[in-house]
Amino acid sequence: MQRLSILEIREKLRKKEISSREITEYYLSRIEKLDPQIKAYLTVTREEALAQAQAADEKLARGEELPLLGVPLSVKDNICTKGIRTTCASRILENFVPPYDATVVERLKEAGAVILGKTNLDEFAMGSSTENSAFFPTRNPWDLERVPGGSSGGSAAAVAAELCAGSLGSDTGGSIRQPAAFCGVVGLKPTYGRVSRYGLVAFASSLDQIGPLTRTVSDAALLLQIIGGPDSRDSTCYPEAQPDYLSELEKPLPRLKLGLPKEYFGEGLSDEIRIKLEESFRELEKLGFELREVSLPHTEYAVAAYYIIAPAEASSNLARYDGVKYGLRLEGRDLLDMYKKTRSQGFGAEVKRRIMIGTYALSAGYYDAYYRKASQVRTLIARDFEEAFKEVDLILTPVTPTSAFRLGEKTQDPLQMYLSDIFTIPVNLAGLVGLSLPVGLTSENLPVGLQIIGPHFSEPLVLNLAHRLEEALSLNLNPPPE
Amino acid sequence: MEFEAVIGLEVHTQLLTESKIFCGCSTKFGAPPNHHTCPVCTGMPGSLPVLNRRVVEFALRLALAVGARINPVCVFARKHYFYPDLPKNYQISQYEAPIAEGGAIEIEVDGQRKSIGLVRIHMEEDAGKLVHDEKRPVSYVDFNRTGVPLLEIVSEPDIRSPEEAVAYLKKLRTIVRYLGICDGNMEEGSLRCDANVSVRPKGSQEFGTKVELKNMNSFRHVERALKYEIKRQIGLLLEGKEVVQETRLFDEAKGVTHSMRGKEEAHDYRYFPDPDLVPVKIDPEWIEKVRSELPELPDAKKQRFIEEYGLPTYDAEILTVSRPLAEFFEECVKLFPQPKKVSNWLMTEVLRELNREGKEIDETNLKPEHIAELLKLVEDGVVSITAAKKIFPEVYATGRNPKELVEEKGLRQESDEGALEAICREVLSENPAEVEKYKSGKKGVIGFFVGQVMKKTRGKANPKLVNQILTRLLEA
Ligand SMILES: [Zn+2]
Repeated sequence: MQRLSILEIREKLRKKEISSREITEYYLSRIEKLDPQIKAYLTVTREEALAQAQAADEKLARGEELPLLGVPLSVKDNICTKGIRTTCASRILENFVPPYDATVVERLKEAGAVILGKTNLDEFAMGSSTENSAFFPTRNPWDLERVPGGSSGGSAAAVAAELCAGSLGSDTGGSIRQPAAFCGVVGLKPTYGRVSRYGLVAFASSLDQIGPLTRTVSDAALLLQIIGGPDSRDSTCYPEAQPDYLSELEKPLPRLKLGLPKEYFGEGLSDEIRIKLEESFRELEKLGFELREVSLPHTEYAVAAYYIIAPAEASSNLARYDGVKYGLRLEGRDLLDMYKKTRSQGFGAEVKRRIMIGTYALSAGYYDAYYRKASQVRTLIARDFEEAFKEVDLILTPVTPTSAFRLGEKTQDPLQMYLSDIFTIPVNLAGLVGLSLPVGLTSENLPVGLQIIGPHFSEPLVLNLAHRLEEALSLNLNPPPE
Repeated sequence: MEFEAVIGLEVHTQLLTESKIFCGCSTKFGAPPNHHTCPVCTGMPGSLPVLNRRVVEFALRLALAVGARINPVCVFARKHYFYPDLPKNYQISQYEAPIAEGGAIEIEVDGQRKSIGLVRIHMEEDAGKLVHDEKRPVSYVDFNRTGVPLLEIVSEPDIRSPEEAVAYLKKLRTIVRYLGICDGNMEEGSLRCDANVSVRPKGSQEFGTKVELKNMNSFRHVERALKYEIKRQIGLLLEGKEVVQETRLFDEAKGVTHSMRGKEEAHDYRYFPDPDLVPVKIDPEWIEKVRSELPELPDAKKQRFIEEYGLPTYDAEILTVSRPLAEFFEECVKLFPQPKKVSNWLMTEVLRELNREGKEIDETNLKPEHIAELLKLVEDGVVSITAAKKIFPEVYATGRNPKELVEEKGLRQESDEGALEAICREVLSENPAEVEKYKSGKKGVIGFFVGQVMKKTRGKANPKLVNQILTRLLEA
């Protein structure tokens, strides 16, 4: 079978060219064959998926039309699924089975989707390589010796290796866009508040956002349509209804002004990435768009601010994992001993590092110097973008400084690992839209991503531009045959 | 050297909303453990709080009632500490931008009026309860109370004595009850009080080292704990020792306080704005709407009772402590327009029953109609005041019609003039010596005749009428 997008699968299902059961079994058999090497999944829900496929086939037979009816997808394992364990790739939640579905999962189910399983991630979404998973690292389908990126590495690898038709990830500092770039798929981080966070296990609440990883831009638009929109269970969710993204994609674009922030194209950006991006810029000019340099002067402070704010919120969000209510518990001499044993053994090194950083940053006497200062920097970064968006409609940047690195290459140097998110972090700090689009391969045959950044709620425009470029490049990237 | 105490109180009031502050679970008391829980109030991974706007409205009522400044935007913050009754290991509270700041509560002690300033009022969620197994070293957690809304009211250190502290608490309780936002029950924990206490030489402007007192769950405990603690601190200073900054618990059995934790063990709560909740905007229209719905407050009501009903200050004070009682009084007066007589009856007969049962008047079977009817029966001479008092406990307990009870118990006064005259004649003819005394000018002997008539009628005769008849017969 040829690699299919979600929209193509939907078309074939509606025309009865295939059944949901067939396409579900197709993905399950690929998972069985390939996932022992790639390790994208933490849990494969074979029985549930087949039952959902059968239900979808019955609905299809009755002529019911639901937007994702019978389409097999996967979900990152930090998004709660009722009755299916949700581990966050952590020992502390290894046996945690949520009694409820996240809003996005509820919406996927209502739209008729089949859920194949839960994908791997860096523990609690903290990391950029999926090597911080407490269970096993995921490998990049383009080169099994390389990381798929992170933290949504399982989702990106699963989409790239055709182990699902599309996937939901979460993005706190680049966790959708960076793995999408490393694996050659489309990854969208929507505006903060566009998608409900209810049921997303919180890492850094003011930065976390759920979004799709897909083969095509249209698929990303479709998935966002399903999962986005108001939700009374999340106070930070935007209360207005969404536009129709798929029909927005068809609208002709005016002569957009596209900004290239000079701070994003300096030292540290690999030549191979630069070359591929410049090729895509020429393509955009051919399409009639105007490119011009802009400045985002506070960019250099973004990583520092992020690594105060995100760990501070994480230290608070992760306080609840204490062995009392759910998840891992190790018995101790007394309450304090139980807490200490459970948390020492339940959390991995990176999670503990961030809990410590965050706890320190919020401590009496340090709050002003760290957390408050970082919040001020965050405001300045958001203002940089506001200023830039007065001059240009959208901003184009690299997603990552390099292409996918080797497993183990950065695990000993957390700072190097943190810097791999340098181009994606500012988007979360400012709550903007960021989309990662594959724009070519390096000489080592590794995917390169372009990031399109847009103002709050500019998803239609960002998707539309990405769609134009995708068509113009018509790359049809496929990892080497397994 | 003479010392004075400096006291500030932190009061937590549990709000009477139907549902919890950040989820839809019921706040009802007394359900089986963990019955009123959901992913939000048990801190499940991925769950998110959503503010119950009713809590803000309740907080606004109190803020307006005490004249506090309402912040146009207030922010929820997370307060961190590890304890099993706190499912997220942080409490959602308010820190830098509480809902209201300032305001004051007026108290009166020994006829002296005084205004106790408030620092702030803020909203927060309650914690759960630990239940310890008596047989095994095991504890259980009940999350029913987790997420029940609280208002914390922090006073300025304006309080100078345990008596003032109790007066402040009682006044605050009266206010929250009037506002219908809290039942004010200290024993059941719906009104809780911690105190910051220090002492200093009288006249000094500087503050001494303060001690935080906890675990005082009645007005009496507050008074006892403060008295003990003030004495303890003065004792230390007189011995040339220093007061240590710490948290102390009141031991109600021994009537003493003892150290719970020192300053070094104090929590660093690591407050920061809760990113799951957006700042709460309170626009002037909302405030005006709440203001327009505020009930008459106790001080205003007391003043009106004095002016409108001509009640003594003492009566007005007592009747207005409880809003239901005050409203009951007004209903009674509508039916029986003699305020002082109503007041006397309420302050003696009714309050006796209420205090005995620890109830509010609206929790009983008693209706204003009962009181009005009883007073009317006395007024009309149908029953004696003694008889009325005799049947009142039964009216109170059963809510039965007083007139019916009077008939049933045969307590109706004899007011048939013909029958009474016959009895009076009988008494006079049986006591010729006393009749002589009367006629010789000792008019006081008439009391003796009245007594005799009452005896013969077993107390049922209308004494006023008897008096008239006897006078007429003797003067004839
Ligand atoms: Zn609840």
